[in-house]
Amino acid sequence: MELKTLSPRDAGSLVPGAPARRRHILDLDDFTAEEIDYVLYTAARMKEILGRPIPRVAALRGRTVVNCFYEESTRTRVSFELAAKALGADVVNMSAAGSSVAKGESLIDTVLTLQALGADFVVIRHPQSGAPYLVARHTRASVINAGDGWHAHPTQALLDLFTIKEHFGRIAGLKVVIVGDILHSRVARSNVWGLTKLGAEVVLCGPPTLLPRTMVSAELWPPVTVEYDLDRALMGAHVVMPLRLQRERQQAGLLPSLREYIRLYQVNPKRLERARPEAVIMHPGPMNEGVEISSEVAHGPRSLVERQVANGVAVRMALLYLLSGAVVEG
Amino acid sequence: MFPVAEVVLLNRNDIRRALTRIAHEVAERNQGTADLVLVGMRTRGVPLARRLARILGEIEGRPVPVGELDVTLYRDDLPMRGLRPAIQQTDIPVDITGKVVVLVDDVLYTGRTVRAALDALMDFGRPRRVQLAVLIDRGHRELPIRADYVGKNVPTSRREEVQVRLEEVDGTDEVLLIKPEE
Repeated sequence: MELKTLSPRDAGSLVPGAPARRRHILDLDDFTAEEIDYVLYTAARMKEILGRPIPRVAALRGRTVVNCFYEESTRTRVSFELAAKALGADVVNMSAAGSSVAKGESLIDTVLTLQALGADFVVIRHPQSGAPYLVARHTRASVINAGDGWHAHPTQALLDLFTIKEHFGRIAGLKVVIVGDILHSRVARSNVWGLTKLGAEVVLCGPPTLLPRTMVSAELWPPVTVEYDLDRALMGAHVVMPLRLQRERQQAGLLPSLREYIRLYQVNPKRLERARPEAVIMHPGPMNEGVEISSEVAHGPRSLVERQVANGVAVRMALLYLLSGAVVEG
Repeated sequence: MFPVAEVVLLNRNDIRRALTRIAHEVAERNQGTADLVLVGMRTRGVPLARRLARILGEIEGRPVPVGELDVTLYRDDLPMRGLRPAIQQTDIPVDITGKVVVLVDDVLYTGRTVRAALDALMDFGRPRRVQLAVLIDRGHRELPIRADYVGKNVPTSRREEVQVRLEEVDGTDEVLLIKPEE
């Protein structure tokens, strides 16, 4: 059978990096820079599809994507659903409430059931760090981590990388400041991996209770800078990424008061004067406007927040497509 | 499989003459180039479409828009397993609704790529008519598809390979028939 698109003399020179044989997307720590570039390249092609009058192709026709959400989510679940449908896949949404999970079924049993029902992809969000790894060991399906505990959120990090690259044309050499509750943030952790692999300078900024120095040990973590003073952190920043501050953190004794947090760490127009004139604002959502980010900044001309949401669909399409030929061992 | 014989089917001048003839046929059949859009299929259909557009521009004295189409995501013959092929850029610069679209590819073989291209085109709009131009028709169709304009008909065996090389992609202009060892 002739498959011209597979011919190495066509493919090799056109893409930034050769695709790795990968079955799951669990975190970005085991990605190479070339592989991330290749995902971003593919996502750019997918974004073009989303702009067509009929944004739907047939690449995943006959495949089934199960969204398996053990934790609340709107944008990530909808984003995966739109991505799968744009590729022609069938989508099943399962949430823990109202399923057999509520009746005490174990995670592994649930996943084996989904596999028996024909799931080709399991997109999982789970409050326990590491849950997607457990699932990946027990299924023939491709597992995509849509957020596990405080650990990782690789698809969010990839869409952030895509959005930064789309805006600036590059990632290497940019200064990215992630502000707020780093301790509980899977978005921050995955972004640290992705951004440093692509050569960005990453600064983590937040109160010491939410950013303990022990967290950024050089043996476990790529090189990042820790800064407790937001004004200093923002000097020369290209990208500022405030994280959602959950109000429960105050009850847990990690913050003296919400007002103090806002005074010291809220990203607002005054604070942003420290950053570069061309600096942009990104936020993984959902935003607590008036807490970690002011409304003017959230919806101002420098905000890429809506672009992030739109790009999320393209990035997830790219991942589903690239995983769709994964070979099952054994 | 080591190739024992390479036969040159078309050289640089043959390719130029074939494209010039096809361009005249396109202009004649469509009574000019108004409403015409050329869409090249990745990879080598794109430079062929650009060359046809240039010749048509000279014949009719007006520019003809050229689009680029990657049909990978519409294929029905992607293997279930294995690395996914790289997706290349698609760019249809004009609204094709009501237009005459000439799809351009280098080799017509099973017809499955053209089938995928037709599906892809319909997602961009509703052309008034779609025609197909190819440099080589090597037979062995698996679908009821035929070309409207053909550079050269070449009877082949399925074991042979037709390799089109174009200056813009490969640095040279020629079409080879590669016969495998018996």
